[in-house]
Amino acid sequence: MTTMQRTVALDALGAANDAGPRDYWALLKPRVMSLVVFTALIGFLAAPSGVHPVVAFASILCIAVGAGASGALNMWWDADIDAVMARTQRRPVPSGRVTPEEALGFGLGLSIISVVMLAVFANFFAAALLAFTIFFYAVIYTMWLKRSTPQNIVIGGAAGAFPPMIGWAVATGGVSVESILMFLVIFLWTPPHFWALALFRNDDYRQAGVPMLPVAAGDAATRKQMWLYTLILIPVTLAPAFTEIGGPVYLAAAIWFNVAFVSAAWVVARRDEAASAADKHRAEKKMFGVSIVFLFALFSALGVEAILRAVFGEYAAWLVLI
Amino acid sequence: MTDPQEHELHKRRKARNYALLAVMAGFVVLIFAVTIVKLGGAAGNPSAIAW
Repeated sequence: MTTMQRTVALDALGAANDAGPRDYWALLKPRVMSLVVFTALIGFLAAPSGVHPVVAFASILCIAVGAGASGALNMWWDADIDAVMARTQRRPVPSGRVTPEEALGFGLGLSIISVVMLAVFANFFAAALLAFTIFFYAVIYTMWLKRSTPQNIVIGGAAGAFPPMIGWAVATGGVSVESILMFLVIFLWTPPHFWALALFRNDDYRQAGVPMLPVAAGDAATRKQMWLYTLILIPVTLAPAFTEIGGPVYLAAAIWFNVAFVSAAWVVARRDEAASAADKHRAEKKMFGVSIVFLFALFSALGVEAILRAVFGEYAAWLVLI
Repeated sequence: MTDPQEHELHKRRKARNYALLAVMAGFVVLIFAVTIVKLGGAAGNPSAIAW
């Protein structure tokens, strides 16, 4: 074979299928993974008991890898719709850099490794929760709900809400009111957060045939539901302030950021599709941004409370109601 | 035998192999570190290991 022929043959082989490390990294959905690591870490720090920092590090790593694995499984299953949406066209599978079979093998392999290692490093309960989270995201959300109901992300949001519970379970080996409240905060935050995105990415979802709420029920109904979820979120985000993991720092943050989030949601709730299109969805984009800051701030505040308790001890007088 | 004209494909495969090597090495170090921590002062005394 001449050098020329060889190069042409290798070009063909390379174009068909040969991914670099970055493509596998992209399969893990690193941005989602960073949020998972953050919330799992806060769940762990907020817990009353703890484990050795090395064990904690290894456990959080397992949770991150498990979350990444479910991302890879999601990309394997959704390659067809990812290929038609502008936001997701360049992902490794639709772009052809990673074959669907490789993504499936990668996702399944990492799922098993992460769950088994979490059982070894931490405890069986935390590992079972991680396994359930991966199953919930990959099977219940991705394979079943996403394409069949406009309430897809309401129920699917549970997958993103489990990490702080897993972090808590790593430290304590169980569940408690506090960890359930952390779950509820993310669970109820997901619909208004995601629908804000869906309102200005509506065309993408319509083209892909994904029944997101704005596609299936219309713009007005979506705005109404976003407003309702925002209102329900207020007491749920205030409640952790009055538990063992809360305190004045969290309460102040919860009040401040609820005001910001509710204000952004109110603007979105009051206007219609025409007004939204007129200023290129400015308010919706703002609400999407505020929602990210909102969640980050609340969990950061829980982290600050945990550090304050570790340094100065429990509050002498704080209203613990729950 | 070294290839005088390394193809892009080889570069990507090499990068992938090195990445895998780093991940495997990291995994070994992690297992080692956790083992040391879990064993604690219980080396040679299995009944004292805190699981």
